Amino acid sequence: MSEGKLSVSSQVLLWTLQRASAAVLAVCVVVHLITMIYAVRNGLSAAEILGRTRGNFVWFAFYAVFVLAVSVHAPIGLRSVLVETFTWRGRGLDWTVFAIGIVLAFLGFRALWAVFL
Amino acid sequence: MAVSTLRVSVWRGTESGHLQTFEVPRLESQTVLDVVTHIQRSLDPTLSYRFACRVGMCGSCAMTVNGRARWTCRTHVSEVMRGEALEVRPLSNLPVIKDLVTDMTPFFDKWAQARGSFQGATTRRDDFARVSPETPERRLADAGIECIGCGVCYSSCDVVAWNADYLGPAALNRAWTLVNDVRDTDRRSRLAAVAGDAGCHACHTHMSCTERCPKKLSPTASIAGLKRAAMMAALKGELGDE
Repeated sequence: MSEGKLSVSSQVLLWTLQRASAAVLAVCVVVHLITMIYAVRNGLSAAEILGRTRGNFVWFAFYAVFVLAVSVHAPIGLRSVLVETFTWRGRGLDWTVFAIGIVLAFLGFRALWAVFL
Repeated sequence: MAVSTLRVSVWRGTESGHLQTFEVPRLESQTVLDVVTHIQRSLDPTLSYRFACRVGMCGSCAMTVNGRARWTCRTHVSEVMRGEALEVRPLSNLPVIKDLVTDMTPFFDKWAQARGSFQGATTRRDDFARVSPETPERRLADAGIECIGCGVCYSSCDVVAWNADYLGPAALNRAWTLVNDVRDTDRRSRLAAVAGDAGCHACHTHMSCTERCPKKLSPTASIAGLKRAAMMAALKGELGDE
């Protein structure tokens, strides 16, 4: 393994995680869109929506999975885009996309917590 | 025949250069290689190009014809002509030595990096290995084995253009044929050599290689096979680093 570069098996595991998270996202996005369309078409108010999400562990679990899948999928995809567009490689790139994943997870869970509590 | 003369623009120079236009008599059943040969033999003997067999076996004569990489010996002018015009350039994604001749060194170096040579465990004193052509592994190997190393896929690949380290379709296709060769003993290190950011997992499945391969092979399918095999090896902890 050369200095500053992820091992080949780590690169393959990142690829595998991205494919697996994409499969999860495909389901999550469909459920999320159906939910949004239902809420809009039925004229649900913010209070009515919060009434359904607060204390609801099913919705909490669903969106927790959604947030986790996004936090895994987006940084790995961004890593490939940065490699190919800017020929950026090495530890700096890996830490940057890792940090982006943490930020996405933090923002997602903060929003989820706000509609659960 | 509607056109009696072809206007042929040919790349002259190295990485920097210009297109030079020649007028070449249009003949029946004329190939692009016939056109380039006519220019060199009758109009400008300083034109450099590469060919050997002229019958689609050796993989020497690939060039970019009207914007697409092709084997010129088996490409009829009638298939690719735009009006009376024909534009011939060297292959993309490779350094240009002169005119239509590219330096194939990076292309073949990557075959070596992908461990594209057979590693056996037997000697000439051992009996022949008996491999049924009907086994799934042999069928997969046979599907990719007819590559002639022309470089058309490598020249057509977007990922090669974006990522200079990427091994490319031909080297990965070769590795896949060996991964499926039951006599080969180097499977584990070969999978490690072809996996990851510069290997099969960088492929975007654009399929330009498969569309343009003159031998009608599918490097895309071979690369997909490598992705799965390397992923299984990584999950089992069997993908050692080189």
